[in-house]
Amino acid sequence: MTWLDLMLILDSTLRVATPLILCAMAGLVSERAGVIDIGLEGKLLASAFAAAAAAALTGSAWVGLLAALGISVFLSLVHGFACITHKGEQIISGIAINILASGLTVVAGVALFRQGGQTPSLPREARFPSIKLPGSESLADVPWFGPFWRELVSGHTLPVYLAVLAVPFVWWLLWRTRFGLRLRAVGEMPVAVDSAGISVTWLRYRAVIIAGLLCGIAGAFLSIAHGAGFVREMSAGKGYIALAAMIFGKWRPWSVFFACLLFGFLEAGAARIQGVALPLVGEVPIEVVLVLPYVATVILLAGFFGKAMPPRALGVPYRKER
Amino acid sequence: MTTPAVRLTGITKRFGPVIANDTVDLEVASGTIHGIVGENGAGKSTLVSILYGFYSADSGMMEVDGAPVTIADSAQAIAHGIGMVHQHFMLIPDFTVLENVMLGAEGGALLRDGKAATRAELLRLERDYALDVDPDAVVGDLPVGMQQRVEILKALRRGARILILDEPTGVLTPAETDRFFDILRGLRAQGVTVLLITHKLREIMDVTDNVSVMRRGKMVAHRRTAETTREEIAELMVGRTVSFEVDRIDAVPGPVAMSAHGLTWHDAGGVARLSDVSLDLRNGEILGLAGVSGNGQSELLDILAGIVPVQAGRIVIGSREVAAQSPADPAQMRRLGLAHVPEDRHQRGLILPFDAAENSVLGYHDGPRTGDGRLLDPKAMHAHCAALMARFDVRPGDPRQRAAGFSGGNQQKLVMAREIEPEPRIMLIGQPTRGVDIGGIAFIHAEIMARKAAGCAILLVSVELDEILALSDRIMVMNAGRVVGEVPRAKADTRRIGMMMAGVAEDSAA
Repeated sequence: MTWLDLMLILDSTLRVATPLILCAMAGLVSERAGVIDIGLEGKLLASAFAAAAAAALTGSAWVGLLAALGISVFLSLVHGFACITHKGEQIISGIAINILASGLTVVAGVALFRQGGQTPSLPREARFPSIKLPGSESLADVPWFGPFWRELVSGHTLPVYLAVLAVPFVWWLLWRTRFGLRLRAVGEMPVAVDSAGISVTWLRYRAVIIAGLLCGIAGAFLSIAHGAGFVREMSAGKGYIALAAMIFGKWRPWSVFFACLLFGFLEAGAARIQGVALPLVGEVPIEVVLVLPYVATVILLAGFFGKAMPPRALGVPYRKER
Repeated sequence: MTTPAVRLTGITKRFGPVIANDTVDLEVASGTIHGIVGENGAGKSTLVSILYGFYSADSGMMEVDGAPVTIADSAQAIAHGIGMVHQHFMLIPDFTVLENVMLGAEGGALLRDGKAATRAELLRLERDYALDVDPDAVVGDLPVGMQQRVEILKALRRGARILILDEPTGVLTPAETDRFFDILRGLRAQGVTVLLITHKLREIMDVTDNVSVMRRGKMVAHRRTAETTREEIAELMVGRTVSFEVDRIDAVPGPVAMSAHGLTWHDAGGVARLSDVSLDLRNGEILGLAGVSGNGQSELLDILAGIVPVQAGRIVIGSREVAAQSPADPAQMRRLGLAHVPEDRHQRGLILPFDAAENSVLGYHDGPRTGDGRLLDPKAMHAHCAALMARFDVRPGDPRQRAAGFSGGNQQKLVMAREIEPEPRIMLIGQPTRGVDIGGIAFIHAEIMARKAAGCAILLVSVELDEILALSDRIMVMNAGRVVGEVPRAKADTRRIGMMMAGVAEDSAA
């Protein structure tokens, strides 16, 4: 394998990992505040649909992104209303959001576009273009650095860069700001936060809203940056894999980031060995190749990487009057 | 007469049909230590929770420093200079001392500026009040006495001039308690008004200036501490005369019913929780096991009861020897005549959502109490439970009531009734009166005495030293998983046992 090959694999790794990173950061913010976010998948799917639908109707990628953010935050608020305000069961609420998104996207898609639940294929102007960074052509011949800059760093769409920036941002927000200190405190011991005179409810709502925003970017990436339109169930379990990566990374931003890259790498690698005759086994059937990342996820999560310690108050609604 | 720091007038608070506070009045003089005593459920915690804004009163008036105030949440209480140290600490174990102290008043949106300022402020407070704590220590790693200091510092930093302490000494060793009282006196000298909630009379007599007594939601008396006695306060608390002395029945110890030899046990992390513990339990004798909680008593009880398998050493009951190669589960131990009253009745003694009848057969469900051993016979169970409840004075005597609905004392009586009924030859009793009111304590102590008189061998584990001293014939003291020493009843006193609890061996303590 040449250096260029490696750069190409890492490039596709990053692209595959983008929705995982954004969703996992969303989950991390929500769960650090004590709210389980199993509805990542549903928010991802709904915002992918909203982005494609809005972009198809208006012809603007930016309107598509706004629609994605809007629907994702709306679903987060529904989750918050059920779990924070009404102290409902957080897993059930999350599953409800997933089922709702799975059904509604198809129904709305059929109603709006009559293409069996898909949105029309989007023209170039209605999508986020690849961004060519300065020097990607002029430095292309520089050994090592040239391919690195041109293939891996340059040429991604806006959401990819946002995903990479989301990691230091979430870290900074949680560990370097007052809001972050309180947010982590509310995920560990909400009663301590309450007794310090801070609203548990408002803190948790802000956490789920941030989660909604990050998920919305991920959805827009799927349908109007990476893809050119919405396809039924296009989230394909990425929200769940992001959740797995978040647990695998023990609710710590950089660890979670690398977990996402690992899952992305497995998937990107699987795409590369399709149709390639491997030594000993020969050509691997495509079905086996496609299922590999998911099998790897199960194996990686099977617990031999040390026990993850979730936030203490995760999943526990805060009740004042005991 | 100066303006009182706090004046409450006619505070009433209901939780559904229960009146937790019934037109309560309270006046706390500025710069004093004021005790509020009462049995569990008397309404003390509710009253101070109202003052701190955790609950809102249904009616009544509050004044702070002479000015009428409304306090709807903790933020307003803090703004009025009220701070509270809760019974269960409001500290986040994974955070450092500094981060915990900052929480709620960080001094800016970014932590960097606030941290430096808070650190300076914290160090100044530590110096002024002589409360040393390392600001960078992780709270979860600190001993409880230190965590309590963090709580006090947290309140002081928020500008507390009125400090509420809810059952602050429950988790402290005798030595830590003494140091804690010195801290309170220091706070008073600096002009802080202290409100001390407790059910321990000794603390009231030792440290307070004034005391208010609550009983069943009502304020029944106010006294100057110097002008009252322990006995008077106790009487006011329960509304009748109680004797602190247990009517002892002295029996001649019989043969050894159970013995343990060289029990050593390591937890999953490889830490030794028990090191070479041996003991003999004789019929007709109570062996008291004293120690600050967490020094191996719980592990010892678990191993003796068969809950945790023996790793090294052996237990002998009659001809049966229990060791690592020949383990026994709790059911087998029970068949050998052993009964176990667990330390934590909520986690292990009862299943709270089950009703009293179902709880009364736990562990004995294969016996005649329930039916034929396969199908439950609810009628027989209920009749049996009703009889048990009558005999052990469990109130209300309704076998259909859920265990969670009984008061702590009645829950404990239910557990005691279940375990005593089959007339075991050996009893392991953990924390028999934790969270039990004075009336219940007397009853439970009398039952334990009666078992002893009937020839039962009893191992008593309690964090209440007074209880150990009152009941035991011999007292064994544990520290850091080891037996520090053993003292016969006649030679035992609080000071001597307290030294041993702190790990000072018997000969050097004398």
